[in-house]
Amino acid sequence: MTDTSNASEAQPTLRVRGVHKHFTLHLRGGQALPVLHGVDLDAAAGECVALVGASGQGKSTLIKCLHGNYGVNRGEILLRTAEGEVDLAQAAPQQVIELRRRRIAYVSQFLRAVPRVPAIDVVAERLLQAGLDADMADLAGNEAWQTAQEAARAQVAALFTRLNLPPALWQLPPATFSGGEQQRVNIARGFILPSALLLLDEPTASLDAANRRVVVQLIHEAKARGAAVIGIFHDEEVRDAVATRCVHLPSAPDTAVAPVELETTP
Amino acid sequence: MNGTTRAPLLQAEALSFRFPGETQGRDAVRHASLDLYPGEVLAVVGESGSGKTTLLNCLAGRLAPREGSVRYRCASDEWVDVHAMPERQRRLLARTEWGFVEQHAAAGLRMGVSAGANIGERLMGLGERHYGRLRDSAADWMSRVELDAARIDESPRHYSGGMRQRLQIARNLVTRPRLVLMDEPTTGLDVSVQAKLLDLIRLLVARMHVAAVVVTHDLGVARLLAHRTLVMQGGRIVEHGLTDRVLDDPQHPYTQLLVSSVVAP
Amino acid sequence: MDPTRAPHTAPPPHADRSAAAQADAPAEGYNYAYLDERTKRMLRRALLKAVAIPGHQVPFGSREMPLAYGWGTGGIQVTAAVIGRGDVLKVIDQGSDDTTNAVNIREFFARTTDVATTTRTTDATLIQTRHRIPETPLREGQIMVYQVPQPEPLYKLEPRRAETLALHAVEDYGLMNVKLYEDIAQWGHVETTSDYPVRVNGRYIASPSPIPAFDNPKMDHMPALQLFGAGREKRIYAIPPYTSVQSRDFEDHPCTVQTQGHACALCGCTTSYLDEIANDDGSTLWTCSDTDWCEQQQLAQGDAR
Repeated sequence: MTDTSNASEAQPTLRVRGVHKHFTLHLRGGQALPVLHGVDLDAAAGECVALVGASGQGKSTLIKCLHGNYGVNRGEILLRTAEGEVDLAQAAPQQVIELRRRRIAYVSQFLRAVPRVPAIDVVAERLLQAGLDADMADLAGNEAWQTAQEAARAQVAALFTRLNLPPALWQLPPATFSGGEQQRVNIARGFILPSALLLLDEPTASLDAANRRVVVQLIHEAKARGAAVIGIFHDEEVRDAVATRCVHLPSAPDTAVAPVELETTP
Repeated sequence: MNGTTRAPLLQAEALSFRFPGETQGRDAVRHASLDLYPGEVLAVVGESGSGKTTLLNCLAGRLAPREGSVRYRCASDEWVDVHAMPERQRRLLARTEWGFVEQHAAAGLRMGVSAGANIGERLMGLGERHYGRLRDSAADWMSRVELDAARIDESPRHYSGGMRQRLQIARNLVTRPRLVLMDEPTTGLDVSVQAKLLDLIRLLVARMHVAAVVVTHDLGVARLLAHRTLVMQGGRIVEHGLTDRVLDDPQHPYTQLLVSSVVAP
Repeated sequence: MDPTRAPHTAPPPHADRSAAAQADAPAEGYNYAYLDERTKRMLRRALLKAVAIPGHQVPFGSREMPLAYGWGTGGIQVTAAVIGRGDVLKVIDQGSDDTTNAVNIREFFARTTDVATTTRTTDATLIQTRHRIPETPLREGQIMVYQVPQPEPLYKLEPRRAETLALHAVEDYGLMNVKLYEDIAQWGHVETTSDYPVRVNGRYIASPSPIPAFDNPKMDHMPALQLFGAGREKRIYAIPPYTSVQSRDFEDHPCTVQTQGHACALCGCTTSYLDEIANDDGSTLWTCSDTDWCEQQQLAQGDAR
């Protein structure tokens, strides 16, 4: 089903065309597991598209395809950049990495953190790496690096404070944090840098009401900055607060149920 | 910046290598090709016998392939054939623009001399003749790899395995190489030591914009360190791509087997 | 005192005549200078190559000599290859002409050739030495032959011959640098006081033989030809006249010639290399290691009086 709403004048930030994906389970004798059946989607700067539907429909899978984490079998994922449109489905790994550094952010349900790194650095590193010009070798020596690191940490500290993450946790590696604490580190990492495309997979899953409100606020700010947001929100309240419109993913071709499209006002 | 518009740093084309005396006609590495870009980390994963270390040694110029080529782009932007160049030039590159971190630090260090001498050797080879400056550089690098600089005059014989690896890394990075090859750099070390060392490697490589090829049988190491990953089986590269994609959305049956075999703690 | 022999031609003014009854011709049954002509040709070829590549070790087929390895067979073979009837030979061991070894080698050449011998550095055309360079500066036209026990300067650091060959070929002298650094780190100064490695002509690193570091500067741009023979290790190398020979050191730890702070008890010289001799009564005596030099100093002082 084509998503025809949102008649914005400018080219949308993201255009998904005819994306099909299936998993081939070689360990089960090559059984094919189709997950995405011709997804079409547009997302413009400043809007938030919520993917809705029952679990197992491929919502998380689509988000991962948009992040480049999963490959697609057919179709295009066109991201608008300063250099023109890039098809993420065909992009070279180096391109994907470059886009992830500055243009695409991804907040998942699970925090996969480097074992020993303190929470504040987990997020600060994203800032620092975006600042690293690809041609700079060893960021001008120890001192310049320290300065940049301190500045980045200060920014992260501000965001952590907003997310009500206790300062006592900032210097600790997040592996031992509770689900909600890890989630907030994840969110900080996704929001610390303004991105063109923001991908959110259940960003408020383990959070209490107060922190859910902070996240809603962060999403509003991202939209105001011109980010195109694509998210999965299990929490209806959050979804209603942030989503410009909702989209169902197309189901498998031989099912009789026609996909339903819901619209909500921003 | 578009990654594909930069020129690659290292290009291997259809490499095949067979060990001398191998009568079965089996290649240890078969038709392997890869490109490596500046500042990018490539993991080569596979099980024992997959050919990953042999591939690494071919890239380093230590083993001569029977087919194919390995080309490297020097700092001067000139392309050289790694195996066709004279031994003297290759050794010079190995001491300056390249690094090689051995699995067993003792193979990559001079165990009979002090830590300071180990780190300073490459600098001296480049013409540094001021003892004071050599010592300062060595001490600086020891602190960068989180070794106690007060132990600069001790022989690495007195160091633990993790410390020796750090020293090996310092010894290689002191000339700011553009390419570092690592053969199972953390295998055999205690888990906590591994974690710290991997973290160090990760940070240094990123900060110094070093391109690296890391051979490992540990998928976690690949995920942690590498932008891209190659999967080898029976001497062939069966899958390659973005690390998180290869590990999370494996296409090849062997990759799927590898990924599903990992025991999560 | 010196068992020199009367040559066929008129002897140079200062050659000593011995009262001992010796035949005028080379010893019966031996070729000139002991070695057969083919061997000399092989040695000369090696020497030519060595001179063409200063500091580079050239392998040669070391022959069985009438003394064991470790007693100067390399130096003897080199001398035997270059010695000719017009030569005047001087042989010193640790600077002295009259130690047993020096005497034996000099007599060996006296018996197998008919050359004149001398103790005067200035009169010699060919000097074979063990472990010292004479104090008297050498001049163009003279040849120094050094006896070398271990020609490979990297030996202690890298015992594998194949590996050191490769290192020299690719000019990879990291090992040597490391050794020097290590000495300063351990001892505060370079610990090597003899056989201090040198860089010849800016290319090869060579062992100067176990001469004291005190003597190293003499090798630099020496007007004489320097030849090195290692019999047991079967290597020859050479330094042509006026070649740069630099001792390996650091800018802030230069290889300085250390003065010993004593004067020779016999001639009063303070600038030559002195031997420390223990007397029976427990006292020590410092004398010039170079006996010819000491003698000349004493003669000069005697003339002056």
